Amino acid sequence: MCGNCGCQRDLDAPPLAKTPTQVLELHQNLLSQNDRLAERNRALFRHLLVLNILASPGAGKTALVQRLLRDRALIAAADPLHSHPTSLQAGVIVGDLASDRDAQRLRQTGAPVVQINTGELCHLEADSVAQAAQQLDLANLDLLIIENVGNLVCPAAFDLGEDLRLVLMSVTEGEDKPLKYPTMFKSAHAVILSKIDLAEVVGFNRAEALHYLHLIAPQALIFELSATTGAGLASFYAYLGQAIFQGRDKARAQPGLAKSL
Amino acid sequence: MHEVGLMQAALAIALDQAAAQGACQIHALELHVGQQSGVVPAALAFAFEVVSVGTAAAGAELRLTSIPVRCYCSRCQREFQPIDWVYECPDCHGLSTDIRQGQTLELASLEVS
Repeated sequence: MCGNCGCQRDLDAPPLAKTPTQVLELHQNLLSQNDRLAERNRALFRHLLVLNILASPGAGKTALVQRLLRDRALIAAADPLHSHPTSLQAGVIVGDLASDRDAQRLRQTGAPVVQINTGELCHLEADSVAQAAQQLDLANLDLLIIENVGNLVCPAAFDLGEDLRLVLMSVTEGEDKPLKYPTMFKSAHAVILSKIDLAEVVGFNRAEALHYLHLIAPQALIFELSATTGAGLASFYAYLGQAIFQGRDKARAQPGLAKSL
Repeated sequence: MHEVGLMQAALAIALDQAAAQGACQIHALELHVGQQSGVVPAALAFAFEVVSVGTAAAGAELRLTSIPVRCYCSRCQREFQPIDWVYECPDCHGLSTDIRQGQTLELASLEVS
C-alpha cells in the first residue's frame, strides 16, 4: 500500500509502467484566500475610510497616527468643498511583532486602539485585521487607521481591505528608498515624506528624492510633512477630509449598507 | 520571509488537488512568479524545501517561472515590457501606471502520479 494516501497501489512495481505521470493545470492564485478576506473587509468597512499605513521601522508611522488622532477636528474641517456634519470618529489597528507600546502611545489620544501582535509574521493579513476590527465599534467610526508592521517588503503583497495605501519615507532614511523597494512604492496611493523638520540637519536632497519617487511611483500623490512641527499637514488633511466625505457619500448611495453592521 | 506562508498555501492546494485526482506522489510543481509580485524566488525555493518535508511533495521539483511586467502606454496605445523598475514607454518615454502583467503569484500546474 502506498504510504502517502492509503491507496492500493503496489509501490514495488516500476512506477512508470503502472503510474504514468499526469499534469494538472491549476493556475490558482496563492493570495486568493487573503484577497477574498480583504474583499469581505472592504464590504464591512464600506461606510468608513480605511488607511493602510506602511513604512520601514522608525519612519514615523506611530507619530503620524498620533498626530492624526489629535487633529481629528482639523481633518473633519479640512475638506475645502464640504464641512462635515459631525465630528470625526477614528479607530486604530496597529501591528507589531511584539509588545503593545504603540497601542499605549496611541490610546493617550482617547481613540480606540487594537494592538495585533504578529509574533514572527512580518506583515498584517486580511484575516488578522478582520479579527481585530471586531473589537471596534465600526458603525460609529468614520476613519479606520491600520498601522502595518514596519517593513517595506512583505506587507506590499497583502491587501487588507483598505481604501488608501499610504507609504511613509522619512528624510532620515535617505533619498533612494523608492529605488530599493519599488514594489512597495508602486502600490502606494500616496507617499508621505516624513520628518521634514530634520531635512536640513541630515542633508536631505529633496529634489533627488522627488525625482526617484516620480520615476518609480508616478501614480502616487506626494505629501511632505512633519508630524512633530505640523508643517505640511494642511494639504494632507484636505486630502483625507475629502476622501472621508466621498466615502460617506458612497455609503449613503447604497442605503442599508452603512448602518447595517 | 512571507514566502514560507505563501509556499504553505501552494503546498496545501497541491496536496488537495493531487489527492482529488487519486495521485499519491507529486513530482513537480510549477509556480508563476510575477516580477512585481513582491516575492523572492530564492526564498520560495528555500521555503519549499522546509514545508514539503514528510508530504507527498517531498523531493519534488520546484519550477519557478518568472513572469515579466508588461505595461500599457495610453498615449501610444500599446503594451510594452519595461527594462527595469522605471516603467517608461520606449516610444514616447512617458511613465506608465497601467500594469497589465507581472503581479501574479500562482500555482500553475502539478505533475503527479
